[in-house]
Amino acid sequence: MPYGPFLLFALIVVGSAFGVILLRNPIHAALFLTVNLAGVAALYLTLQAQFLALVQVIVYAGAIAVLFVFAIMVLIPGKEETGPDPLRAQRWLAVPFAGLLLLETLLILRSAGMQTAARPAATEASNEPLYRLLLTDFLFPFEVTSVLLLTALVGVMALAKRRVS
Amino acid sequence: MVPESYYVALSAGLFAIGVLGVLIRRDPLIIFMSIELMLNAANLALVAFGHRHGVADGQALALFVMAVAAAEVAVGLAIIVAIFQLRRRLSVDELSVMRG
Repeated sequence: MPYGPFLLFALIVVGSAFGVILLRNPIHAALFLTVNLAGVAALYLTLQAQFLALVQVIVYAGAIAVLFVFAIMVLIPGKEETGPDPLRAQRWLAVPFAGLLLLETLLILRSAGMQTAARPAATEASNEPLYRLLLTDFLFPFEVTSVLLLTALVGVMALAKRRVS
Repeated sequence: MVPESYYVALSAGLFAIGVLGVLIRRDPLIIFMSIELMLNAANLALVAFGHRHGVADGQALALFVMAVAAAEVAVGLAIIVAIFQLRRRLSVDELSVMRG
């Protein structure tokens, strides 16, 4: 049954995504986010993107999840959503609008994206491995990414320093 | 082999769940997690499209999205911590100081 792994991980991913947005306690939401990210990594594996799956586990399920848990531990909020909600009536409107967005996206994808012919035969040129692409076609974004990470590093330090002094 | 359109449909669903989370929650941390869900949904769609066409370009783009997401989370969480130090409570509905 070829659909088995996909259905299993799709269920895990969707269920944990609902867990993220519906649970009251932010720490539970962070743990469900980790499950979600790991599930997406498994889906990458089913798409033959092994390197990306590993990076997903290391960067997302590792670093970003730890960052979230750390921020929650530092802040210890969890009481901010118990007060009266001044926008309660508006908030329920979000559900139909999100459903509408989903419907719209699916319609667009059905009409435009997925009606092309079967996949083109993988030629030599189009079948370049990821590492070669990163250092040829995507060299400029690759370098810009390093500048972005450096900027974020400096920015976070500046933000954190002002708070201490 | 599962058709790629299933993956793209799943990614659309994940994106809608993320949008729903941003709209219904008041805790900025949860809103951040919902944004992560949306970025992941976009990544899944990129990888699925790349797989359909037999090229690794989608994976390269997804890698850049991951780097941007990591930077965004670091800066965003630093801002949230700074706001918390300033205000002692967190609710996005009260953060209207920058309203024009």
